[in-house]
Amino acid sequence: MNETYNAFAGFAQTWGLLYFMILFGIVLAYALWPKNRKKFDDAAQIPFRED
Amino acid sequence: MVVPSLAPCMDSKNWGAEMAQKKTGLVSLEEGGFAIFLVLLAFACIIIAGKTFDQVMAFHAGLGALLAAVSVFLIFKNYFDDGGEPIPAEIDGKPNYNMGPVKFGTIAAMFWGLAGFTVGLVIALQLAWPALNFDLPWTNFGRLRPLHTSAVIFAFGGNVLLATSMYVVQRTCRVRMPGKILPWFVILGYNVFILIAGTGYLLGVTQSKEYAEPEWYADLWLTIVWVMYLFLFLGTLWKRKEPHIYVANWFYLAFIVTIAMLHITNNLTIPVSIYSTKSYIVWSGVQDAMVQWWYGHNAVGFFLTAGFLAIMYYFIPKQADRPVYSYRLSIVHFWALIFIYIWAGPHHLHYTALPQWASTLGATFSIILWMPSWGGMINGLMTLSGAWDKLRTDPVLRMMVVSVAFYGMSTFEGPLMSLRSVNSLSHYTDWTIGHVHSGALGWVGYISFGAIYCLVPWLWNKRGLYSLKLVNWHFWLSTLGIVLYITAMWVSGIMQGLMWRAYDSLGFLEYSFVETVEAMHPFYIIRALGGALFVVGAVIMAYNLWMTVRHGEAEEADTTPVGSLAPAE
Repeated sequence: MNETYNAFAGFAQTWGLLYFMILFGIVLAYALWPKNRKKFDDAAQIPFRED
Repeated sequence: MVVPSLAPCMDSKNWGAEMAQKKTGLVSLEEGGFAIFLVLLAFACIIIAGKTFDQVMAFHAGLGALLAAVSVFLIFKNYFDDGGEPIPAEIDGKPNYNMGPVKFGTIAAMFWGLAGFTVGLVIALQLAWPALNFDLPWTNFGRLRPLHTSAVIFAFGGNVLLATSMYVVQRTCRVRMPGKILPWFVILGYNVFILIAGTGYLLGVTQSKEYAEPEWYADLWLTIVWVMYLFLFLGTLWKRKEPHIYVANWFYLAFIVTIAMLHITNNLTIPVSIYSTKSYIVWSGVQDAMVQWWYGHNAVGFFLTAGFLAIMYYFIPKQADRPVYSYRLSIVHFWALIFIYIWAGPHHLHYTALPQWASTLGATFSIILWMPSWGGMINGLMTLSGAWDKLRTDPVLRMMVVSVAFYGMSTFEGPLMSLRSVNSLSHYTDWTIGHVHSGALGWVGYISFGAIYCLVPWLWNKRGLYSLKLVNWHFWLSTLGIVLYITAMWVSGIMQGLMWRAYDSLGFLEYSFVETVEAMHPFYIIRALGGALFVVGAVIMAYNLWMTVRHGEAEEADTTPVGSLAPAE
């Protein structure tokens, strides 16, 4: 029982953490990438562009 | 009352002129497919109704057969009325939005909302004065409580989400949603599910899984409707004229996909027989508990949060007439929220047979959730930055902003309660009820009210609401109601928890259970009073909306936000 716990906790505390950090890094990079700025500023206006 | 008349008239009205020539082409694949499916369903229902030994099953199968037959009739009536002509996707270069189902969903939301809030008030009064059970099986607390929760979450909230998602996805993609029958199948089919589920509770049919009470046949029906809803939403995105998918649609899509996944996993049941309302779940013991609370917490995360955040990201910018504070933050908000929320469920099972590491994991993710929750809240609130004066003059906007504030408050409280040490005091007490209602009445209720107050004038082509003064009354009465409700439950819950764990010097429990119940009585009365104020507010809202549709000043033809869909007033 204890071994299962240790194995699981070990996995979660290393690879799990890494997985979430990498995902978060990708999302941050995508959202803050300078080239995307215009695209997102434009997207924010979508609700006002309807006809 | 609107069900039979709205479906054919919405499509035929614009095409009244062409009805004369009546060119009857073949039925489309869509019409034929739905008609065959519904005919088969009607026959299956008749067979089940005839052979079953279960009275509730006979009633539900009979109802199913009747509704399926009526739907087939409506499909063909509509087909003969419009001569099988396809509905144009555009008129004069503008999208010919399909707002009929949105109107139906808005009316249904208001109807179920009034019903659900009232049943909530009734059970609050029953807790204060148990004689109000009336000693009848159909009105006892155990049956009315799921009726209340399902009516407010799935009937009121669900119809708000269906209606607003159909509205927002069409407008932000600048395209008519696909299908002639499909959108009506989704919105009407969903309300049939509500009807089957609700009447089932009253007649004693339940799976006894919280927020997943409907039995196997209702679950199967919802699965079909929900998959169709996913197709409808994806189909609209697929056809879009706007290259970028607006953030609100991302939240709606996460809500639809995740609810499908949760609903199916938590309802993998095997019926005793096809003629029986009773079924058994394939999961057993602690696995069943874990699946149930994985479902339960994500029903909060993806139904009551992601879906309503989509409403926040569309309706607050629209009503404030300024874009969302930070579109980039909304992207981070979205991905962080959906990746973290899905893990938080085990915090509902502290001190149970569930291994401690699992509930610790759940609590850890709940704490991490503070970040995306508050990021989203800040994004919603700061949209008002530079236009705070609008809160003074626009009670609808005020309602939505207060809703976001309640969102911040209850998502702060939730992770706190997920910690084992706090949970040992709060769990099973009224504190939980208070927490849930600050989220449900404050966040979900107010953002829904705000969205409906926006939608009704837009959909019915009115210049504005009938009376802003009545919106003000609604706002203040229900705010007072919420404050009374949640403070009463906090005090009562903490008191209850402390009384349960109080020991005397000899190590005996200080209070018997009934003493705690007696001590809570005054707070139950205060809670019922708060609930009553909330109900009164909703009644005022319904009257205001009715007067808006009936007697509101029509919008000028050129500036109509709903474009060419304007029905004859």
